[in-house]
Amino acid sequence: MIEFRLDPRSGVPTYLQLVHQVKQALRLGMLQTGDQLPTVKEVVAALAINPNTVLKAYRELDLEGLVEGRRGQGTFVAARDAAAPPDRSALTAGLVRWIRQAQNAGCDQDDIAALFAAATHQTFGRRAA
Amino acid sequence: MSAAIVADRLGKRYGTQRALHDCTLEVPAGSVTALVGPNGAGKTTLLHLIVGLTEPTDGSISVLGASPRAQPTRVLPRIGFVAQDHPLERRFRVGEMLTLGRKLNPRWDDALALEWLHARGIALERRVGELSGGQQAQVALALAIAKRPEVLILDEPAAALDPLARREFLQALMEAVVERELTVLMSSHLLADLERVCDRLVVLASGGVQLNGPLDEIVASHRLLVGPPGDDAAVARVHQVVQTRHTSRQTTLLVRANGHVYDAHWQIEDVALEEIVLAYLQHPEQEVVA
Repeated sequence: MIEFRLDPRSGVPTYLQLVHQVKQALRLGMLQTGDQLPTVKEVVAALAINPNTVLKAYRELDLEGLVEGRRGQGTFVAARDAAAPPDRSALTAGLVRWIRQAQNAGCDQDDIAALFAAATHQTFGRRAA
Repeated sequence: MSAAIVADRLGKRYGTQRALHDCTLEVPAGSVTALVGPNGAGKTTLLHLIVGLTEPTDGSISVLGASPRAQPTRVLPRIGFVAQDHPLERRFRVGEMLTLGRKLNPRWDDALALEWLHARGIALERRVGELSGGQQAQVALALAIAKRPEVLILDEPAAALDPLARREFLQALMEAVVERELTVLMSSHLLADLERVCDRLVVLASGGVQLNGPLDEIVASHRLLVGPPGDDAAVARVHQVVQTRHTSRQTTLLVRANGHVYDAHWQIEDVALEEIVLAYLQHPEQEVVA
């Protein structure tokens, strides 16, 4: 069972914070297929947040196929297809090429980070996961 | 979702004094709605109109499909109200407050009230005046919940409480929302609390309702744009500009964005709820109902 926490100063909507924490726990293997998420009542009691917010987060995770609600039982981590992970080394190599290019154009590390953040923002919109 | 509360051009005057003006809004059933606005905007007046403590001088108010003043027996037993400063009879014992609630309310659930207070360690023999502020707030909430209301109205319920008591109060309130199908309308100045527990927001200013919609959508749709001075006309054609600030070197716009903002001229930033609410309160001519 995972325990949710909230950062009230992050500016990220509460339901998205919950979504991100579940996704992060899945990535890190803290949550596995069949594991139960805390019930809405438990999350509400722990964090003093609106139950609709918890439901919204769980609905979002359900839509993405990451969890499934079982009537009268709760919400559980869904079984996932073992999709091939992206080829990170090729992606990293492409990114390194681009960073060199930016360096040659006179950008320092902070400039490059700002460019990358702006481009990510433009591609995914606000508050990309 | 059906509306639990519908106000249509609702207004209240006392003589020539305008306490509430041109208030039109709907509160969906099952929502937890925050009511925010400066002192004097008419928040308490609106809440009093909803619970039938006062009569409208303009427009109409309907709660659960009926008028609180014209059809009080249809409405009032179904509304719980936690008034500002939780006015309880200080000399009464907690148990005596429950007796009063039992005698006054046809739908009273005594077991619920007892369990609620027991869970929070509030003894029935204690006199109300001896309880801490947090405990008094919990007693006021227990009395409202034990009516088994469908609509719960709270006027600044946690303003006077310390942070721990406030958190405990909000936890209790959210527990009540989980366990029963409750529509909640709550006024407060504490935006951080409201952002936590509410799913909708109503901003009320002296000119009427400035903003009304789902809280997440409100936060997600507003952006701060920072750019060169005098470049704001193009933005205003696409997005709704809520607030404009100029210096000789830059212009700062707070906009309600119409879709994504892609514009290389502007540095685009997210805005916190507090900034958004303040911008609307400083510019009461903006009126948006989501």
